[in-house]
Amino acid sequence: MQMLGAVKDSLVGSLINLTGPGKYVHWGFIQISVANLVVIGLMVIVFFAAILIPFRRHGGRGR
Amino acid sequence: MTTGTETPVESGAGLPEDSHQLSAKLRGAAVAALPPERLMPDRQPAYVASWIYVFGALTLSALGVVIVTGLVLAIFGPSWWHLSTTGLFVNSLHMWSVEVFFFAMVVHLWGKFFMAAWRGRRRATWITGVVSFVVSVGAAFTGYLSQQNFDSQWVSTQAKDGINSTGAGAIFNVTNFGQMLMWHIVLLPLVVVALVGVHVLLVRLRGVVPPFAPPDAPATEAKGTPDSQGEVGPNSQAVPTEGRS
Repeated sequence: MQMLGAVKDSLVGSLINLTGPGKYVHWGFIQISVANLVVIGLMVIVFFAAILIPFRRHGGRGR
Repeated sequence: MTTGTETPVESGAGLPEDSHQLSAKLRGAAVAALPPERLMPDRQPAYVASWIYVFGALTLSALGVVIVTGLVLAIFGPSWWHLSTTGLFVNSLHMWSVEVFFFAMVVHLWGKFFMAAWRGRRRATWITGVVSFVVSVGAAFTGYLSQQNFDSQWVSTQAKDGINSTGAGAIFNVTNFGQMLMWHIVLLPLVVVALVGVHVLLVRLRGVVPPFAPPDAPATEAKGTPDSQGEVGPNSQAVPTEGRS
């Protein structure tokens, strides 16, 4: 069980290093954390994907 | 009124002489405004067949998980959610469902903004949605203050200057844990659920906003005014509903 936890920690740790202070982006008077910037970017991607990806229709009915 | 020998009225329509009662009038008005087939529709206009219409229902689903996990956290308390593995798991579910809630709500908001979803007598639908978003921000904020850890201490001491600068600090003290907890688990959830409930009922009442009509379309389609079924526009052929809004 302890070994499983260590494997999990190393896997997560290899993806994102959560040790240390947060990283921020400074652009003029705008300051935003990288984490928040990533979430906003994902929302923009999902928004355009939701518009562009065709919606599956049932049984050939609909438009 | 019925006696023991009379057959009870089973239709729910009541007796004619009771039609002046407040409950009968309210029931009649509610059924007239939102008949069952409109309250729980199994068909939607064809233009709803797009992923962008999924995010309203996704927001509602996430809100359901937020409420259920919040109830579980309230039952067992802080020592449970901080120290036990199950408590940590439910605590994480509560936090991540809030993340999904806001993520889906923002995409829903963007979609409705670019559709000008206030068209066709849907201003109240738009406004209740916007106010729900703002109140939800307050609910999430007081949630961060209620974590009972160093993060909540940091958030509260950072926020107090901002709140005090607005003049609201005298009645809304972010360093008062008891007050913030009550706002988080009683007041703001009640407001959010009430607003979301009205928002969904208005969606059912006015229908889902149609796409913008071509420039040469009739005026009714251009304004997006709902007809008796809440369906307008060139693509008003119905498709099955799967919880989209």
